[in-house]
Amino acid sequence: MPKFFDEMYRDHAGSVRPHYQEFEAWLAEQACEAIAQKRAEADLVFRRVGITFAVYGNDAGTERLIPFDIIPRIIPAAEWAKLEKGLKQRVLALNMFIHDIYHEQHIVQAGVIPPEQIFRNAQYRPEMQGITVASDIYAHIAGVDIVRAGAGEFYVLEDNLRVPSGVSYMLEDRKMMMRLFPELFARHKVAPIDHYPDLLLENLRSVAPLGIADPTVVVMTPGMYNSAYFEHAFLAQQMGVELVEGKDLFVNDNAVFMRTTQGPKRVDVIYRRIDDDFLDPLAFRAGSSLGVPGLLSVYRAGRVTLANAIGTGVADDKSIYPYVPDMIRFYLSEEPILNNVPTYQCRKKEELEYTLANLAQLVVKEVHGAGGYGMLVGPAATKQQIEDFRQRVLAHPEGYIAQPTLALSACPTYVESGIAPRHIDLRPFVLSGKSMTMVPGGLTRVALTEGSLVVNSSQGGGTKDTWILEN
Amino acid sequence: MLSRTADHLFWMARYTERAENTARMLDVNMQTSLLPQSAQSAEQGWRATLSISELQHMFDHKYAVLTPRDVLDFMVRDPANPSSIASCLTQARENARAVRGSLTTEVWETLNASWLEMQPLLQGQALERDPSQFFEWVKHRSHLSRGVTIGTMLKDEAFYFIRLGTFLERADNTARLLDVKFHGAQDGMAANGTGDGAEQPLDFYYWAALLRSVSGFEIYRKVYRDVITPARVAALLMLRADMPRSLLACMDEVVANLQAVSNDMSADTERLAGKLHAQLRFARLDDILADGLHDYLTAFLEDVFELGNRVSRDFMMPLAA
Repeated sequence: MPKFFDEMYRDHAGSVRPHYQEFEAWLAEQACEAIAQKRAEADLVFRRVGITFAVYGNDAGTERLIPFDIIPRIIPAAEWAKLEKGLKQRVLALNMFIHDIYHEQHIVQAGVIPPEQIFRNAQYRPEMQGITVASDIYAHIAGVDIVRAGAGEFYVLEDNLRVPSGVSYMLEDRKMMMRLFPELFARHKVAPIDHYPDLLLENLRSVAPLGIADPTVVVMTPGMYNSAYFEHAFLAQQMGVELVEGKDLFVNDNAVFMRTTQGPKRVDVIYRRIDDDFLDPLAFRAGSSLGVPGLLSVYRAGRVTLANAIGTGVADDKSIYPYVPDMIRFYLSEEPILNNVPTYQCRKKEELEYTLANLAQLVVKEVHGAGGYGMLVGPAATKQQIEDFRQRVLAHPEGYIAQPTLALSACPTYVESGIAPRHIDLRPFVLSGKSMTMVPGGLTRVALTEGSLVVNSSQGGGTKDTWILEN
Repeated sequence: MLSRTADHLFWMARYTERAENTARMLDVNMQTSLLPQSAQSAEQGWRATLSISELQHMFDHKYAVLTPRDVLDFMVRDPANPSSIASCLTQARENARAVRGSLTTEVWETLNASWLEMQPLLQGQALERDPSQFFEWVKHRSHLSRGVTIGTMLKDEAFYFIRLGTFLERADNTARLLDVKFHGAQDGMAANGTGDGAEQPLDFYYWAALLRSVSGFEIYRKVYRDVITPARVAALLMLRADMPRSLLACMDEVVANLQAVSNDMSADTERLAGKLHAQLRFARLDDILADGLHDYLTAFLEDVFELGNRVSRDFMMPLAA
């Protein structure tokens, strides 16, 4: 494993980065037992509040907590300012891209992106072609995964434009830190994030169908057995709107209604936390009972807003990812502020050759893969695995991309053996409506196993509070 | 409010109230079983607790003979018994979880914490060693969830459906408790008597236990300042509007909360609730006893059941369009 960037320590001799000095000094004063007690308290509170995830059953054991680490990830104001600017630029371009490909397709005509990359993409939805959506916004809520690598540069790892999760943990982690260590907030100027639900509601209201003065917004969930159910319920509650399931909604007279104790009530904006495939059994997956029959026809008529829009997945795909910097140049005539991870597209002859020649150093991913499946991590693979993958890539080169193995930055983290560096990433959330807004922060995920780069909560990853320091 | 949400809130409250009532009933039976009495009458007491909840059949299906220990286990922690305290608290929590966005954080956390705390309490021998302590805990948690509901929730539909569930369930439970105790008492003493019924000390304990099960013993003393008679117990638990667990007090709340959520379909349901309320409000105990208390309570229970069904139909499963 190459040497990694440490968020707190400048070098292994222990020189502390300026924005961590105050915290480090505080930490040094703390007794081990006191910290252990605070951590136990956090677990208890998270369980009582029911901030749990994963498969749900009747036994207490099947509701799992996401481990919460009490050492915050701190980002100085200047770094955040650049990140924020870059994120807004990126999401703006992505929204313009989605609008373009479902309308005139200028970017294809200009030869920037090959048409088959878009129209043969499984996430491309022909149903969206030519449809008008409010304010031309498609990805109302984007969760962009950012990593730091090398000497500390930020890279965008993935654009999540469908139903990105994690914002509830971002907010709950902050609440927990303020509750456990109020004195820390007196010593630091940490930018507040609690107004996220207000921004979200404002954002959703701003994209209601034309002519609706006082729109009714709902959050739509697949139900309480979904792993992100806590977040769905949390957001509905924080915004003061109904949390609905498919069976609570119905379509009549070219409008969507919810069943209420006072009879049917019209719904204007649906923040849906359910995938395209399950939205409307008449249009997509027929067997699904999670959706609302007829929803698509109302949507196409512009009489209800879905956030995020149908068909946004075409833009957060690994095969489209390499083109995002070009999109920014194409639509905004600006240079991208944030870096992409260098990506080799095996569908291109030279890049395929480079990939095949360097398999042992690269991470190779399936274009449509997700959740860490169908992946080769070169440096960690056996000769046999590399050879097997070579055959797979050769048989179907357009199905693969390759990237250098990144040395993700690490942040000191409480683990069994004490405090030790663990790799982290960051997911900030960008809201797009009539305007673009963000709260200063994001969800920092941490890989709790030594050396591991896997931060996914389903694989035992934890979270940290993310502090953006104000100047 | 969403119909489904109303449904969950209603049942969340009913299950919480049911857990409390079961705890009250079992606790009282524990206390009376400590009195000197024949094995037969002791068993009768335990049988009565099963029959109040209409669980005799289910219990007999599972156990060949009746032992207090088995009844306790069955009524407290058996997951196969949908009315066991463990089942009720689990279902209350499940319903709350499904609509946690419609609850204040405090209400949700109270129900969730009850469920979490219950697990260790039911493990090991703690329940057998000190059942009363466990019942106290159940009552306390129920008080807490009711209190936190009143103390933190907006007085809107969500609140009214919760209250509706609470009082419909409580009306049902008080009526059952009365019915079984009076029914069981028919042999031993004249339940329709209006004279002093407490000649035998055991009878005194019997009625005192019934009063205690609804926190009514001290209230009885305060109201009557006299010996305990079955007729007065019945009057207190049925007709006194100021007795919080009486049928009249429950129906007061049912009528008021129903009115607060009234919709285009609910006129008949409100009429039924109003009728039940008026019957209690203007009843004379002598007339009820003359016609037969058991018949009266049986009819009342049927009406409460019908009322529950109507609430579901009018508010929780409305037609699509």
